[in-house]
Amino acid sequence: MKTFKVLGSGCKKCSKTAEMIQAKADELGVKISLEKVTDVGDIMAYGVMSTPGVVMDEKVVHAGGLPDNGDIAEWIKA
Amino acid sequence: MLSIFTKLADLITYVWLGLDPTTSLAKSTHFFVEDVTKIFFLTSLIIFLVGLFRTMLTPERVKEFIGGRPRYVSYPLAVGLGSVTPFCSCSSVPLFIGFLESGIPLGVTMAFLIASPMINEVAVVILAAAVGWKVALLYVLAGLTVGIIGGVLIERLKLEKWVEEYVWQIRMGKSALPAGRFSWKKRMRFAWGQVKEIVGRIWIYVLIGIGLGAILHGFVPQDFFVSYASSSNPFAVPIAVLAGIPLYSNATGVIPVIEALMAKGVPLGTLLALMMSVAAISLPEMIILRKVLKPKLIATFVSILFVAFILVGYGFNFLLT
Repeated sequence: MKTFKVLGSGCKKCSKTAEMIQAKADELGVKISLEKVTDVGDIMAYGVMSTPGVVMDEKVVHAGGLPDNGDIAEWIKA
Repeated sequence: MLSIFTKLADLITYVWLGLDPTTSLAKSTHFFVEDVTKIFFLTSLIIFLVGLFRTMLTPERVKEFIGGRPRYVSYPLAVGLGSVTPFCSCSSVPLFIGFLESGIPLGVTMAFLIASPMINEVAVVILAAAVGWKVALLYVLAGLTVGIIGGVLIERLKLEKWVEEYVWQIRMGKSALPAGRFSWKKRMRFAWGQVKEIVGRIWIYVLIGIGLGAILHGFVPQDFFVSYASSSNPFAVPIAVLAGIPLYSNATGVIPVIEALMAKGVPLGTLLALMMSVAAISLPEMIILRKVLKPKLIATFVSILFVAFILVGYGFNFLLT
């Protein structure tokens, strides 16, 4: 099972990003674990400054702004 | 090219709505229609075009450009890149920490944060379309200068002690973002996403700005502002800057108001000072920055900007009369 983490200190776009990933996973029928990382120190530890960011299995796959739905599908399927 | 929007407003106001051009209502309606169509068209176009190349410019990359350079390079770079790098204000905190952590001086970081909300490509193009290229250029130059001076002052005053202690403890991981090559198809999609996201965020400010501008344009007598806000009134500039502090809007949203006031004879320096104040000093931004800056530094930061904007106002009023 893939582990996704959404990096962001709790702005609207961050929760939207989490929702988008969950919705895509449900749509594709893939089980994922999803977690929000809100502590600035923890976010920075991933080398990300522009939030929201997305981490998949401990690898940063996206930073800065809402991710693209097509990209999300690729991460989940890959 | 932009006269098409004037013609469209002519058509809607005078022909379709059948309003008499001499009435206040017609003047306001014309202003509103012309500015709504023109500004939203230009904004979307610019965001899209810039969005095609945006994937190359992220705060993570900007940090690498600025880091480790001598001051005479890093300050101009910081304000220059600050004005073209997009980031959501909710990213101000990680951005601030990230810059400091990589050894970028506090002053340079603040210069970046000052310039960023004040100058952006959308505001500059709309300003140019509304009041001419010369004014837009002056605004950019003044904005960059304020950013640099503000940053240098904060560095000279050695205000690092007023940064929250925990900030210095955070260690940042390597920027692990995939550099990835972007196909044009992906860029188009990204650029379109940017248009939706940014327009979705700023439309309300822009619409309120245009509405205010339209009312000023149609219903406020021509000599109303001249008698209060002419350059001979020494209080006009500080009042404009003060008025701009509680008003929180996107830089683009202020422009229709500036446009209407300029047509009413309010001096340019006063208007540029107002625009800077509305765009750069905002309560929500200060609340976000409070997470990393102690109240004393926030107060100093606001005071420096306040004085700088007043000087910009007086300076331009003096030079342009």
